[in-house]
Amino acid sequence: MTEVKSTVIQNVQPYGEAPVDLIIKNGRITEVVAAKKGKGDDVIDATGLIALPGFVDLHTHLREPGREDAETVATASAAAALGGYTAIFAMPNTSPVADNAGVVEQVRRLGDAVGLVEVHAIGAVTVDQAGKELAELGAMADSAAQVRIFSDDGNCVSDSQLMRRALEYVKAFDGVIAQHAQDPQLTKDAQMNEGAVSATLGLRGWPAVAEESIIARDCLLAELVQSRYHVLHITTARGVQIVREAKSRGVKVTAEVTPHHLLLTEESARSYNPVFKVNPPLRTEHDVQALRVGLAEGVIDSVGTDHAPHSSEHKDCEWDQAAFGMLGLQTAFSVLMMTMIQTDLLSWRTLADRMSTTPAKIAGLTNQGQEIKVGSAANLVLIDPKSNWTVTKDLIVSKSFNTPYEGMVLPGVVRYTFLNGKLTVKAGVVQS
Amino acid sequence: MKHLLSTQTLEKQDALLILDTAEKLSRISDGPIKKLPTLRGRTIVNLFYEDSTRTKISFEAAAKRLSADVLNFSAKGSSVSKGESLKDTALTLKAMGADAIVVRHPASGAAHLLANSGWIDANVVNAGDGTHEHPTQALLDAFTIRRQLREGSGDLSGVRVVIVGDVLHSRVARSNVWLLHTLGAKVTLVAPPTLIPNNLSGWPAQIDYNLDNAIEDADVVMMLRVQQERMQASYFPSIREYSRRYGLDISRVNKMHKTGIVMHPGPMNRGIEISSEIADGARSMIVQQVQNGVYVRMAVLYLLLGGATEEL
Repeated sequence: MTEVKSTVIQNVQPYGEAPVDLIIKNGRITEVVAAKKGKGDDVIDATGLIALPGFVDLHTHLREPGREDAETVATASAAAALGGYTAIFAMPNTSPVADNAGVVEQVRRLGDAVGLVEVHAIGAVTVDQAGKELAELGAMADSAAQVRIFSDDGNCVSDSQLMRRALEYVKAFDGVIAQHAQDPQLTKDAQMNEGAVSATLGLRGWPAVAEESIIARDCLLAELVQSRYHVLHITTARGVQIVREAKSRGVKVTAEVTPHHLLLTEESARSYNPVFKVNPPLRTEHDVQALRVGLAEGVIDSVGTDHAPHSSEHKDCEWDQAAFGMLGLQTAFSVLMMTMIQTDLLSWRTLADRMSTTPAKIAGLTNQGQEIKVGSAANLVLIDPKSNWTVTKDLIVSKSFNTPYEGMVLPGVVRYTFLNGKLTVKAGVVQS
Repeated sequence: MKHLLSTQTLEKQDALLILDTAEKLSRISDGPIKKLPTLRGRTIVNLFYEDSTRTKISFEAAAKRLSADVLNFSAKGSSVSKGESLKDTALTLKAMGADAIVVRHPASGAAHLLANSGWIDANVVNAGDGTHEHPTQALLDAFTIRRQLREGSGDLSGVRVVIVGDVLHSRVARSNVWLLHTLGAKVTLVAPPTLIPNNLSGWPAQIDYNLDNAIEDADVVMMLRVQQERMQASYFPSIREYSRRYGLDISRVNKMHKTGIVMHPGPMNRGIEISSEIADGARSMIVQQVQNGVYVRMAVLYLLLGGATEEL
């Protein structure tokens, strides 16, 4: 048996705290020693860098199978690694829909073959995400993909009886239903947040209550059947309040927020630039502030990017014909640093909790989101907090370029990412 | 001014310049030689994604009276899946050397997109975009009001305007609210609450759900076309009930100021939002609006394509 090589990460600051050396071997952290005292076959000088557990994103759209012109598992994996992610979850709204064991296993296999990030599949709740009958949730759970999160994301499971049944059924294998909370009747042909801006722009409004009423109903259903319920991309102040109250009653609800809803508002629609068209829509400044506070308090548990690549013909057009969605994987950390760290709402530790530890727990992953200590899997990201970067087309590795941050200067650069001890990003470059 | 996209962003001095220019052009047009050589050799494209006979021929007449070459481009709809995208159409028109594009489109923001996308460098005139704006309609309405109530000069300070109907879906209402406010008029919006945006903060207008109240002593009543399909979507229970509560008839017109006028952007639903007696009556400005539309659109094209008022 050949000797396994070790890597020493020198002079790194776990969670921004005192510098140490981390020694990695066999995919795990094997030693934590005083700064500049560690030895290893490979040496990474991490002076000035912060180590965090690799990020876990429960909400991405990889577009494969079906829309490989917009993104593939390979290109999204590269974007994820550059964003500091070590595990991502693929929503099932592909073509065909991931509503059976075959498709979820395919997605998982594609991810493994690329090897830049763990790719997990989310299974559809209903057949073809049509909201009529349950998909074979148990078969997906028992498959090699071991699905635990189920969602019709993009569509809402709006039928109350069906939602109750789904919540109940997944208890058998500790599953969780992740809901895209959007009352379809209240949002027919809706284009942007309903309010003074939509009234002026003549774009059909999407009332906050369309989201809040579903969250409220689902919290009550989850309480009734004692099941786990996860709110995807929460966007409104009152939605946060509903989750806060449900949690205080002991309801097993968790909630997610996207980076873009922590930064951008409906005002950007005034440009009529569809790069800002997203589902759920960008809301008001009041909502943005409430989301930040909710994430800081832990009422909102996790950050999910809702990474949604679209080819240019679906964005280079009239607003109401454009597709919903924006890229997120490569910019998420920087947006979180800007909105939550630089505002002192989160520490590096609590940021790690919202971007890694808690999403890993929700998904039931045991090797992700672990404390940086001896024995933990070496899923790590090293961040340079002092550097800024400008979002430009040549830096985006997704197949699509629908980022709302083009031209913006964002804080914080991901320098290294380790997936189970293997470098996936080295000095800012993806390792293929 | 490079483009005319909305009245919300139109400065008062620019609005007045358009109205004053339209007055001058109307006097020339009413003379023995209707046609001016001003825009000879310039190409104006009417890019219409919606059926709109009246707006299209109004723009066409305006362009022709200024001696421009007019190309009419009609498309049933722009989409990625069906037909040609707006971007590709724009690139085509650019290649054909369009100097100005007059665009009517069912999508709010389409004119804005054409003007700001970088696809073309032509002047863009918004001839109605979705439920957003229809600035030349508002300008011709203001022109008509000014001529009727202010002898064709100055602003509209003190004029009380009541706009009645489907404000929620009306680009005419939006453009009029901004422009009439800019010109000093007081605007009241009247409609069933379902047909007024739920949040109107920032709109310089009063709201009244009761037409009988609002019309008292009004100088102008502007009726909007009501679409039958709104009834199916439960915005109101029936055409009959709508007509009873929000239709304009003689008893309501009699409550207006004695010099008050009645307007409608057309096409009218006679017997629904307006009775024939009123539409054809002495206070009705509906025919004048159509005529004034040509003058105002001449002025807009003239000013955007580089004409100076001194030449007139």
